[in-house]
Amino acid sequence: MLDTLKARIYQGKQYIKDIENAPMREQFRGFPKLQAGIDTSSCEGVCPTGALNLNPLSIDMGKCTFCGACERACEAIKLTNGYKLTSSDREKLIVTHDTKYEDYVNSAVEVKKEIVKMFGKSLKLRQVSAGGCNGCEMELNACSNVNFDMGRFGIDFVASPRHADGIVITGPITENMAYALEDCYKSVPEPKLVILCGACAISGGVFQECTKINREFLEKYPVDLYIPGCPVHPLTFINGVLSYIKNKK
Amino acid sequence: MAKWIKVKNNTKINLSDIPGMRIDELREQIIELGKRPIGFFGKDWGFGYVRLFVVLADDANCDLYISSAIFAPNDKSYESITQYVPSFHIFEREFYEQFGIEPLHHPWLKPVRQNQDKYPFFEMEGEEVHQVAVGPIHAGVIEPGHFRFMCNGETVYHLEIMLGYQHRGVEDMMMKNPSNQLAESINGDSAIAYSIAYSQAIETLKGFEISNKAQLIRKAALEMERMAIQIGDMGAIAGDIAYLMGAAVFGATRTLVINTMLEFSGSRFGRGLVTVGGVNYDFKEETIQKALETFDKVGKDVDRMAKTMLKNSTVMSRLEKTGTVSMEKARDIGLVGMAAKASGVELDTRFDFPDKWMSELGITRKPFKGSGDVNSRFKLRYKEVKESLSMIKKIFNKLKDYKDEPIIVDGVNNNYASDAMVVSLSEGWRGEIVHIVMTDINRKISRYKIKDPSFNNWYGLALAVRNNGVSDFPLCNKSFNLSYSGNDL
Repeated sequence: MLDTLKARIYQGKQYIKDIENAPMREQFRGFPKLQAGIDTSSCEGVCPTGALNLNPLSIDMGKCTFCGACERACEAIKLTNGYKLTSSDREKLIVTHDTKYEDYVNSAVEVKKEIVKMFGKSLKLRQVSAGGCNGCEMELNACSNVNFDMGRFGIDFVASPRHADGIVITGPITENMAYALEDCYKSVPEPKLVILCGACAISGGVFQECTKINREFLEKYPVDLYIPGCPVHPLTFINGVLSYIKNKK
Repeated sequence: MAKWIKVKNNTKINLSDIPGMRIDELREQIIELGKRPIGFFGKDWGFGYVRLFVVLADDANCDLYISSAIFAPNDKSYESITQYVPSFHIFEREFYEQFGIEPLHHPWLKPVRQNQDKYPFFEMEGEEVHQVAVGPIHAGVIEPGHFRFMCNGETVYHLEIMLGYQHRGVEDMMMKNPSNQLAESINGDSAIAYSIAYSQAIETLKGFEISNKAQLIRKAALEMERMAIQIGDMGAIAGDIAYLMGAAVFGATRTLVINTMLEFSGSRFGRGLVTVGGVNYDFKEETIQKALETFDKVGKDVDRMAKTMLKNSTVMSRLEKTGTVSMEKARDIGLVGMAAKASGVELDTRFDFPDKWMSELGITRKPFKGSGDVNSRFKLRYKEVKESLSMIKKIFNKLKDYKDEPIIVDGVNNNYASDAMVVSLSEGWRGEIVHIVMTDINRKISRYKIKDPSFNNWYGLALAVRNNGVSDFPLCNKSFNLSYSGNDL
């Protein structure tokens, strides 16, 4: 008992106090900064997911795995440590040389009054892994650890869809999971949110060409939030969800 | 002609050197040789023929034995090997599912990755007997799989595990359009190990060697991945017995390791680090210094917490004698990696198939005395964390000798060797990851076979929970922490 208390005191407080302004290590590969007017021919064919478009230069963060192959190949592209990548609009995930990080953070998520009123103080989510590689799943688990402590904002993962206010999908949605995913969605009471987490969920990511996936679910039901990453960093996820359910300060 | 070709791991093998025989003869050969299967897979051989390749591991002598059998278009069945050597059970099921050639008298020929809804589960009857069905979507934030428990009151008589929900057809994709990014996404918790296995295979087929520096960086990254997951799993085991102090502390300690990985490679899981030809990011001196300081703290924190936890009698009463797999069973059903080690079967490709660095760095195997219960699997993780820490220190020290070497070498654009095969092994934190790649005469990849350690070990979990309380299942499951995506591919 005494040892346990000692260990507890030794550990102290570990949570990140100001999660919205939490610093990110500069090595992190996040928001792309693109420069027009530089020769990008060396980038031809380096992108494994087709996120990179060379003419005109743009990167689709919904497809991007943030592997850094393009930034190593040419100078026009730099993946910065900007980690607030979430958008409520699929089109906005496509970044061009005009897109400034600050503007993106301020405009990418459209805050709706009714959502803030409904979920602003408590949002319970059911996570469905539909072909996810366990990368995003591990990071979503990390959101609830002592460092990130997502629960303090009223955001939690729950066991039953009946207790949930929405679902978080990871993975490209395999054929074998398509039925279970839809079943789970239908079991969530209205009103409900759908959050796509990671490149695989948003676009298929590295599995776009895969023949064993079935993405019909996304054609049938509306999506509220797109959270890019491969895998999604906990800070990206928490800030992304917060920006959707809280009023801007 | 010889019945087997004996080769080393990561060497180019000419397909024409691989013996072929009748399946009956091959079965007798397998029984006679008595080695462990690490590859058993078919390949479309044209005109309706199917060639079955078998790769056996001789762990004591770090050799691989390879042979094959050919099935004519109307050969639709053969006498199964599993009847004689049980560890082939899952391999023969997979071969049947992929090629439709039936292993006769296989004790339990059920689906591996497909037709989950059509399979009639094993059932028991009796007044007190009831079923508990869980999944495919589980209560926590984890991957999908279906579990069906046959219970008598609280006691589990039998557990059937049905997987395949994660099936993405990865082998096919790796054949058509392989990349490190795809290899990392086969099983995201072992991204480094998968990327290394893939890169090694491609480098061998393209016939070039990477720099010493890149080899060491890969090795360090692999140990960091192992350390991070093992610490995280110690926390998860603590969480599953509601010892929240352990869950919190181990969770926070794991964060230190993966954030160090982020400083080295720009990703918490080391994605983008390993590439065909070497590594993409150099391990800089100042980052190494900082990492060493962090790892000192990690070592101390893990030590302190593990010791406190293991002294606690309520913790021990949950861990000890829960979910036991005996050494005999582990060997029979062919468990590998961590699950095998915890049952006292020493299998670790880092030592069984060592690279040159193991002797150069003076790293030797320290056997683990395990009794196969959750407690053993917890203590094994603790031991592996300490070992990885000391390995990383040695590797970082050695890196100084190769300061001026390039991290990436030319050769990426070489052609593949024609009509060749390579078996690439890498020891992920769960156990051996096997990538087998074949090329055809046009120098194109014609078959990509992957075996995750979970493929062998899922059945071990099913055996572990027998005669345990159904409420201990999460604990047993977490102590194995097997991969769904690695199994389902």
